[in-house]
Amino acid sequence: MFPKWFDKWNRDNPTNILGPAILVGAAGGAIFFAGILYVIWGPGGSYDNVSMQTGPRGTGMHVARFVPDFETQDPTIAEYFTLPPVPPGPDSERAGDVIEGAEPLLADLTVDNYERLITAMRQWTGIEDLLEPGLENYQTVVARSMIQMTQELNELWGAHVNANPDTGNVGVSCYTCHRGEPVPTHSWFKLGPVNDAAAGWAANQNRATVQSQFTALPSDALEKFLLEDNAINVHDLDPRVSRADANPATVQDTYRTYSLMNYFSNALGVNCTFCHNTRAFYDPAQNTPQWTVANLGIIMVQEINNDWLGPLTEEFPEERLGPVFGDVAKVACATCHKGYQQPMHRLDMISDWPELATTGEPVYEIEE
Amino acid sequence: MFRPEYQNIFTQVQVQGAPEYGMDNENNMAEERALTPGFSSLAGWLGNAQIGPIYLGWTGLVSIATGLAWFVIVGLNMLAHVGWSIPEFLRQLFWLALEPPSPEYGLSFPPLNDGGWFLIASFFLLISVMLWWVRSYQLAVMHKMGKHIAWAFLAAIWLFLVLGLFRPILMGSWSEAVPYGIFPHLDWTTAFSIRYGNLYYNPFHALSIVFLYGSALLFAMHGATILAVTRFGGDRELEQIVDRGTASERAALFWRWTMGFNATMEGIHRWAWWFAVLTPITGGIGILLTGTVVDNWFLWAVEKNFAPAYEGLYGYEAYPDAGGIPATATMGGQ
Repeated sequence: MFPKWFDKWNRDNPTNILGPAILVGAAGGAIFFAGILYVIWGPGGSYDNVSMQTGPRGTGMHVARFVPDFETQDPTIAEYFTLPPVPPGPDSERAGDVIEGAEPLLADLTVDNYERLITAMRQWTGIEDLLEPGLENYQTVVARSMIQMTQELNELWGAHVNANPDTGNVGVSCYTCHRGEPVPTHSWFKLGPVNDAAAGWAANQNRATVQSQFTALPSDALEKFLLEDNAINVHDLDPRVSRADANPATVQDTYRTYSLMNYFSNALGVNCTFCHNTRAFYDPAQNTPQWTVANLGIIMVQEINNDWLGPLTEEFPEERLGPVFGDVAKVACATCHKGYQQPMHRLDMISDWPELATTGEPVYEIEE
Repeated sequence: MFRPEYQNIFTQVQVQGAPEYGMDNENNMAEERALTPGFSSLAGWLGNAQIGPIYLGWTGLVSIATGLAWFVIVGLNMLAHVGWSIPEFLRQLFWLALEPPSPEYGLSFPPLNDGGWFLIASFFLLISVMLWWVRSYQLAVMHKMGKHIAWAFLAAIWLFLVLGLFRPILMGSWSEAVPYGIFPHLDWTTAFSIRYGNLYYNPFHALSIVFLYGSALLFAMHGATILAVTRFGGDRELEQIVDRGTASERAALFWRWTMGFNATMEGIHRWAWWFAVLTPITGGIGILLTGTVVDNWFLWAVEKNFAPAYEGLYGYEAYPDAGGIPATATMGGQ
């Protein structure tokens, strides 16, 4: 195996290597274990973790987090721009009467509040000339629709965007999705088949894509469940196989549901047991209240995608549309949540912005 | 100097000399023995230092050829999926798969790009595996051995056939078969358990786990016991079976005094064989019943009164003090 001179040299120079070998091995092992101990319990304790119990004892239901991750605040909270409302006085003037070319949708606001809202919207979306008087570009058209959408979400979808009203207002504003960016992060387009030379279920899965959350699961889960309205549940509620057609869900359907659940989990920074008792995923009696909130979220997202964003497709320039199907950018959980269970840790989007809280006349409450 | 002679990892004695060709009895075994034998000291640390010759026979040759056909069909399909790009193929290798047909084709032959290649590849794999089994049986016949190895191999093949042949036929669709891919076959396993209401409540799955973990435990116990009595000649197991010496006595006493019962030098190998064989046999039964007889194992367990009910509320709001995290804190962060 080795050259002859090597074997000969070894024969001529017998050396006991067992002692040095044990020494090196022991020293190396000690350094290795010291390193492990340092990483786990050393300064910073990056592997310290906290957990939150989400179900009865014995079910193992909890969400765990590393302490440094847990204590890191969503950085966009610090960049949130807000101004307190200016309650209208008896002699306040309508924006529509004073500002030439004021946005008609907001023309009934007082001048102070109109300018306050436009300033904030420009900060939130990062679009500097948004709703500039007289400017009628696609951003104006989209903004008009999005203002109405925000008002409706706050008014009609409180059960999702304001799920715990006891602990104060939350709601949504432009900033909830945009976070200072003209195109919100974590928006998505339809992908279509991801594999060449394949059809059916062989074509839509087994590729690491953003939509599949880098798993081998199907890449069309968002499209099938958050744009279209297909059944997510896959279980038969009869223990026995009774009729052949009792439960048409296949293993392939289960892949797609699993893909969606993976997306949920990453979008909210939670795990299965945040919503489910994993021994019986389908059983609502063993789900947490968060499962109900999430279900409402699914319907809300379908509504946003189909009733609000879909109709705007024609308005967008080509470079803002999807690369494969020319579809409008759509929302899903992460577009608002950005990896956190509650977007911006329940930051109040309502109290300062009565103009966005309702589809009707804004209510300016005088602070006591 | 500390010399761990009997706590060794590597075999202490290597025999390297004229290659041993083995017997050439009336079964003409020498005729088809291929490859010139050689020696490897590295192999000798782990087992026999002699490599080769090998007896393939016609079953072995056809098995390797059809196995290669399966492998190449799977690989070329994966390569076609990434548009024949080698870098993409390497990047996505663990994600790529040759998937079974979509469910709508049932047991009919689907288009090549939607499961057709899968069925062709599976056909080759079936021939390959079955012929390798025939080879293991034939070799045992030629050596005038018992057929224990072949039957044990058949137990594994039973599980393989249940997954890819018997159950898909009973379910009426090839789409039930397991995809050929690294991550995709793992996703199949998870999805299969989820779809059928949690496989952990399938008693045959439970039995299979018992035998699997039991096999590992038994192997560790047996291996450790024999190494521990090597200094008394315990590693000459066959000799110890017919002529029990101090090695066997000590090993037996160790376990009897530890747990009140001990296997024998002979019986331990029956324990090992049955535990190993029962792992895929019970597992295969569990898979075969899933979707054909039982559609939701959790509800089946509820019906049979072995899924416990838990007292308590669901949701983090109910556990304000658990883990020191206030109920209003929101988990998150990536």
